[in-house]
Amino acid sequence: MSRVVLKDLTKRYAGGNLAVDRLNLEVGDGEFVCLVGPSGCGKTTALRMIAGLEDISGGQVMIGDKVVNLLPPRDRDIALVFQSYALYPHMSVFDNMAFGLKLRKTPKPEIESAVREAARILDLERYLDRKPGQLSGGQRQRVALGRAIVREPAVFLMDEPLSNLDAKLRVQTRAEIAALQLRLGVTTVYVTHDQVEAMTLGHRVAVLREGRLQQCDTPRRLYEHPCNVFVAGFVGSPAMNLDRLPFDGTAARAGEVGIPLPGAAAAAARQAGLSEVVLGLRPESLSLELDGGGDGATRLSGAVHLVEDTGADAWVHVDAPGGSSALRLVALADARRLPAVGDRIVLAVRVAEAHVFDPATGERLGD
Amino acid sequence: MSAVQTAAPPLALRTRRLAVRFRPTRFVLNVILGLIALFWLVPTLSLLVISLRPASSFGVTGWWTVFTAPTQLTLHNYQSLFSTGFASGGILDSAITTALITVPATVLVTVLASLAAYSLVFGRWRGRTAVFLVIVALLVVPVQVALIPVAQLYNAFGHVSGFNPFGTLPGVIIFHVAFGLPFGIFLMRNFYTGIPKDLLEAGRIDGAGEWTLFRRVVLPLGLPAAASLAIFQFIWVWNDLLVGLVFLGGNQHHTLTIYLYGFTRTLANNYWVIATGGIISILIPLAIFFSFQRYFVRGVLAGAVK
Ligand SMILES: Nc1ncnc2c1ncn2[C@@H]1O[C@H](COP(=O)(O)OP(=O)(O)OP(=O)(O)O)[C@@H](O)[C@H]1O
Ligand SMILES: [Mg+2]
Repeated sequence: MSRVVLKDLTKRYAGGNLAVDRLNLEVGDGEFVCLVGPSGCGKTTALRMIAGLEDISGGQVMIGDKVVNLLPPRDRDIALVFQSYALYPHMSVFDNMAFGLKLRKTPKPEIESAVREAARILDLERYLDRKPGQLSGGQRQRVALGRAIVREPAVFLMDEPLSNLDAKLRVQTRAEIAALQLRLGVTTVYVTHDQVEAMTLGHRVAVLREGRLQQCDTPRRLYEHPCNVFVAGFVGSPAMNLDRLPFDGTAARAGEVGIPLPGAAAAAARQAGLSEVVLGLRPESLSLELDGGGDGATRLSGAVHLVEDTGADAWVHVDAPGGSSALRLVALADARRLPAVGDRIVLAVRVAEAHVFDPATGERLGD
Repeated sequence: MSAVQTAAPPLALRTRRLAVRFRPTRFVLNVILGLIALFWLVPTLSLLVISLRPASSFGVTGWWTVFTAPTQLTLHNYQSLFSTGFASGGILDSAITTALITVPATVLVTVLASLAAYSLVFGRWRGRTAVFLVIVALLVVPVQVALIPVAQLYNAFGHVSGFNPFGTLPGVIIFHVAFGLPFGIFLMRNFYTGIPKDLLEAGRIDGAGEWTLFRRVVLPLGLPAAASLAIFQFIWVWNDLLVGLVFLGGNQHHTLTIYLYGFTRTLANNYWVIATGGIISILIPLAIFFSFQRYFVRGVLAGAVK
């Protein structure tokens, strides 16, 4: 068991492409951290540098208390699960899992019991004699995991291990990985471009954009306190409503309606002398008032543009008057009582849940 | 291949399936292919028959008379060829000499080409592509151009070291290896480029060094290519006449091709020797081909990635 520390980790590919830019990250002992970000943001590159498969252009990788920059992969005590599985096609499932142990000269009986134990955990016992070519995608995935766990490494590294699975299997395997990590307590760095995967798996989630770390926090904190517009838009599905609106000193103006900003955010915006702010509202911070409730809440009225019904929940897209142009807001609605396209409706805004960002820098305002 | 053996379908279904399976174009195609194969086999077949007929009957009756009068067949020719035993210059001695050249030349080329291809594909040194291009360019050098320079090189080496490879088996082997390598490296490299890099990286993380990666991952996966290379090289060296003729000059042992070549000057009297010796010299490459054939499996990489 050990922690992983990245200090100003940088990768510049031949040709000058800066794939990872001064990445600082500390993964505690036994912690599960997800690296998430859009395609091409440098997740795989960062992971490969931790694994020792990619030369480090700058900064440090520490595993345990040791700087491992110059150690070859085999001396880093890590296991990597590849996106492509990378199983040895000419070896049986058993040999695939046993290969690493054999190379480390582990005694035969120990190998045997380690592999059997891993196979039992991953429900692979029936397939030990098969070749990878005779397995389904999900089974191959489990063999790849098995190969990682039999070695009992100090750190698990996983690069989008679920991306080749279909939606249902992905959800199932996701739960298995979470349970497995909890049980083994091995420090894990998990790369994915799927924010739902990151949020459900990670103790903490690190959001990357163009090689730079945006924010690293618990999923809840990331969701409730995104540090900038990018994180706010990236985390959550459907995405947060982010709109640039005029600011009058206390409220953001959406047409006739003033949406009062949370106190700290309004103060910060005033202090910065902003005349406009980016207002972020999660779909669940907007509710449909079909019966026209009557407390003193802020209300926006608009026309229904689109209704997406997912079964339990539904997403209602509403056109409302905004600043210079109309707002298009997505609101969470009860699927049992849905408006029709074209209906005029009223949205109640839970202003306390609003997020406010500086339109120039994209940084969060207030707490 | 399905893992599950399905039970035989009911009769009605089976006949229908058979009816569907009979396709006229396919049938015509098979007949044509069969005829071509037969046509190709006729010279070899006639050689076999001639070797089994009395030497005296050559030029008197045609070999095809065997179909109407099979009793003329005899093993006499083989007996007289083998009667000289292992005396140098005899057929058995020539066969052994040929094997002593061919086997090392084949093994060396297959192993060295695999190693070189590994380095060219998975190594991380600069100029790999340039080196590969030079090797490919070497493919166009014809053997006859190199005969004299290499002979001179051997002599020069002899002056320096006291061992002149000219006229010795190692001399011939080295020549064959040198000329087999460009094609071998070309073939193996092209095959190895199809092996996913992820597999080697997985191996590195599992703790394998370069040698282990080569031995345990790349070599087994490259077996089909290595087997084809071995067969090509074996047949090429086994059937070589020119290199043996030049570089074994003065050696009392010589190759099968040189042995047979010696009889062509008095062709009419020695037709039976050439036919019989020819059949004997075909048998070995044929055996090699069939024993290596099982390595030609398709889809060795199935299940590696994705
Ligand atoms: N070998 C390479 N040489 C040059 N540039 C590279 C190389 N590999 C990756 N890159 C570039 O580095 C950047 C980061 O790539 P990386 O593979 O780390 O992205 P990623 O976040 O894993 O994306 P994805 O989600 O699509 O897998 C990309 O812009 C990519 O084009
Ligand atoms: Mg990637």
